[in-house]
Parts: sequence; C-alpha cells; structure tokens
Amino acid sequence: MQRNGLFIAQLLFTLLVCAFMFVPVVLSVMAGFTANYIRGFSSGLTLRWLFEVWGLYKDAIGLSLVIALACLAVTLIVGVPTAYFLAKANHWTTRLVEELLVTPLAVPGLAIALGLIITYGGIREFRSHWTFILVGHVLYTLPFMVRSVLAVLSSIDLKTLEEGAASLGASYWQRFFTIGLPNARSGIVAGALMVLTLSVGEFNITWMLHTPINKTVPVGLADSYASMRIEIGSAYTTVFLLMIVPLLLLIQYIAEPARPSRAEAAVVPQPAGST
Amino acid sequence: MIRRQEIPNLAVSVLPLGIILLAFFLLPFARLLVASFGGPQGPAVYGAVLMDPRYLSSLVSTVVLALAVTLVTLLISGLAGVFLDRNRFPGRSIVVAMLTLPLAFPGVVVGFMVIMLAGRQGVIGEIAKLVAGRNLVFAYSITGLFIGYVYFSIPRVILTVMASAEKLDRSIEEAARSLGASSWRVVIDVIIPGLMPAFVSAGAICFATAMGAFGTAFTLATDINVLPMTIYTEFTLRANIATAAALSVVLGVITWIVLAIARTAAGNTVAAAG
Repeated sequence: MQRNGLFIAQLLFTLLVCAFMFVPVVLSVMAGFTANYIRGFSSGLTLRWLFEVWGLYKDAIGLSLVIALACLAVTLIVGVPTAYFLAKANHWTTRLVEELLVTPLAVPGLAIALGLIITYGGIREFRSHWTFILVGHVLYTLPFMVRSVLAVLSSIDLKTLEEGAASLGASYWQRFFTIGLPNARSGIVAGALMVLTLSVGEFNITWMLHTPINKTVPVGLADSYASMRIEIGSAYTTVFLLMIVPLLLLIQYIAEPARPSRAEAAVVPQPAGST
Repeated sequence: MIRRQEIPNLAVSVLPLGIILLAFFLLPFARLLVASFGGPQGPAVYGAVLMDPRYLSSLVSTVVLALAVTLVTLLISGLAGVFLDRNRFPGRSIVVAMLTLPLAFPGVVVGFMVIMLAGRQGVIGEIAKLVAGRNLVFAYSITGLFIGYVYFSIPRVILTVMASAEKLDRSIEEAARSLGASSWRVVIDVIIPGLMPAFVSAGAICFATAMGAFGTAFTLATDINVLPMTIYTEFTLRANIATAAALSVVLGVITWIVLAIARTAAGNTVAAAG
C-alpha cells in the first residue's frame, strides 16, 4: 500500500464527504441545547427546549414506540415462517412470492398510502385507529425481515439438516422451531433491528395515514419544523436521534464482516421510498 | 425437497403474508387504478396528466432531479467506497460509521439537515458571510432538495459499493498491472466493470427513491415542483382524487420499471462477469 499523493487526495475527499454527512447532525444536536441559535453559544446552554419537546410531543414518541414494537411482532410472526418456506421450496411459486413481497418497496409510499385511504378510508374506526398506520409500516418493513432471514437460511445447508431431522421423525413445525429458528437467529436479529429503525423513521406512508390524534415522531418532526422555532425542531431531532442511533449502531455492529453473507443480509435489501 | 404431505404446512407458512399483501397492497393498488379512471375525464385522465404542462413539467423535473442525484451519488460513493475498502488507516471505522449512520434518517430529518447546512442560519451561509460578505441560502429550492437526496443516498450506496469492492478478484488487477496497465486503465477496465452490478442496482434504488421521495421536499418548501408534492397537493388541497391517483400510478409504474430493469441488468452483468 503506497501512501502517496493519490492516497492523500482520496482521503481528503472521503473526509469531506464525511463532514457533509456529519456536520449537520452535530449542528442540529447543538442547536437543541442552545438558548438562542441565532446568537449562538454565547446565549448560553439550556435543557429548556428538550423539556418543551417532551411536553409537546410525548404522545408521538409513545405511539412511535408502540407501532414499532407491534410492527416487529407482525413481521416476526409473518416474515420468519415465510423466509423458512422460501428457503426450503424452490419452485416457481417461491419466486412469485419473493417478487410480490418486494413490490411495495418499488412503489412510492405516497401511492401505497393513497391506495389504502381510497380502499379503507371509509371505515371510520379503522381509519382513525393507530393500526391503520401499522398496516403501512408492515408493508414497508416486511421485505427486510424476510430477506434478512432468507439470506442466512440460504447460506447454510438447510437441506441436509432438515432431511436428518425428518428421517428421525420431526414434523414440519418441529423442524421450524428446532432447526429453522436457531439457525436463522442472526438474520432474525438483523431483520428485527432494521424493522424497528425503519418503522420509527417512516414518514412517506405515515404522513398520509396519520390523524390529529395519531401522530408518530416523524410526523411530529415535520410539524415542528414547519411551525416551531428552530431550537425546538433541533431538540426534537435530538430526541429522534436518541431513539434511532442506538439501533443503527447495533445494525452496523452486527453487520461488521465476520461473515460476508451476514453483512450482505443487512446491506442488500434497500428501501425505495423511505424519504 | 417439498414432500407432498408438507404442502398444508407450507401453505400455513405463507398464508398470513398472502392475506396482508392481497388486502393491503394488491387491492388498494387496484382501487387506486379504478379511482384514477373514475374521475370526470375517465381514462383520458392519463392523457391529460401527460399533456398538461403543469404535470408534465413536474414529471420532467422529478426525472431530471432523480437522474442528477443518482449520477452524483454514484460518483461520490464510488470514490469514497472503493477508497475505504482498499485502505486501512487509523480512524477508518469511525469514518465508515459516520458515513453510514444517516442510513435510516427519514426524509423530513434530512430536510432539516439541509436547512442546517444551507438554510437562512445555515453553516454554508455563515462561511459565505465571513468570506464573501453576503449570506448564501439555497436550502428552500430544488437545489436544497438535490443536496438532501444526495445526503440521503450516500450511506446506502457506499455500503453497497464497499460490499461489492470487497468481493472483487484482486488477482485480475494484479494481472493487468503486470501486463503494464496504468492505474487509470486498471480503474477503467477492471475496477469499474467489476463494480458495475453494484452501481446498477444501487443506482436504480437511488433513482427510485429520489422519484418517490416526499419528506425532504415537505420540510424544505411545499412549492417545490416535484411529482410527489404535486400528488400531495392534488389530493389534499384540490381533492382531485382521480388526478392524484393517476399521477401515483404513473410514478409507481416508473419506479417499478426502473427497478425491474436494473435487477435484470445487474443479474446479467453478474452472470457475464462470473
């Protein structure tokens, strides 16, 4: 490895990109603790804005956590058996299922939300309930759980393990619980972290589906950016970062390449419409 | 390896998924299509949407913006990603963490980051005041949107590029070098073709995301003329459901086609390379 001019130029470029990514994060966190952002730090440091955010938006924070956990439960119950099925069966139907599964990612959240409103908006109780938002989150996160688990199950010799167990008389669900689940553990963990992160951060679908009483954190963020002073927006952003950054760090930590297939599992499925 | 007697169990495994997709994706999308035909213009709404200068300009500027975001993001992430894969230096893991941390920031938050950079009290403006004596504000326009989408896309594209660069067969580069190829030729003839599948798939996702993105534009300025904002305005402010539905269908079909083409192309390139 030569440390020549090219290396330095590339390093500087990479650090510049790094600054572009990270400086705004630092600034927005700092602004949330500054008494008056326009006057800068000389105006003093304060926790006032954080307390105001808690007072204004604690319901949104609670609802976001409830929806994220519910979303995780649904994607686990629905997604893990699906991944197990896809890993076992090699048939045209499995390709159809896989294809269908990722289609919601290829369609912008706005279109999905509009479709949901047109179809179910008339059912008052459902429309105004938080489970209406949950539906959108499940559609959007399910492919990540399935693909993450499927990537791990495809990387092991599931077939031999299954045949051994089956020849000893293990039933389908016995094999699912004693072979499928334990072997898929790393994929399940990676998928679960991804589902929680994406659900807490989802805006596209949620903005269309939310009601005045059912607001999640990103909906509240949009609200605060539009109508509150910049310090409150910053403090709220800090609260949001506190919710999401630990999850992201965990994702990075488990994706760190002990095994490339696992890293791939966390990286490859990408959302198309999460902005 | 499916046994006949297992079929009921397999069906139970995927049945919940099938119900969810059918009830909450396929049916709503079908209803969206029906709604788009159900306005006063009937099916002609699609012609109107593609002819009307307002919608057409919105469609064109969205496509141009998404293309520009894709190209710039691929360039930045390609350079930084290959560099980070090839070099080990103190602090490297921190750099990688900083670059990939914003991976799951929602669009609204990305919009706020753009305001922090280039808004009325943004850091770029402060620097411009010091250097040139006047404020520089470009957050609340399509330029701000462009910055935001690049910001949003860099983490995921860098991750894909790094994962793909790691798998490149280094012996081909060494062979090229030993045959007298310059560094440039190695980059152009070996590294870029090797990374092409990653570029195609990451680029397609980047394009599709920029086409359908909503939150960033919403935070920056509601009058930015991109397709998702137009759909939102038609639906909520004008209650023009048929047009909003038709525009959503057009948007959904475009992104779906781009992703499908990219998947096929990336698959073929992989096959050709391996």
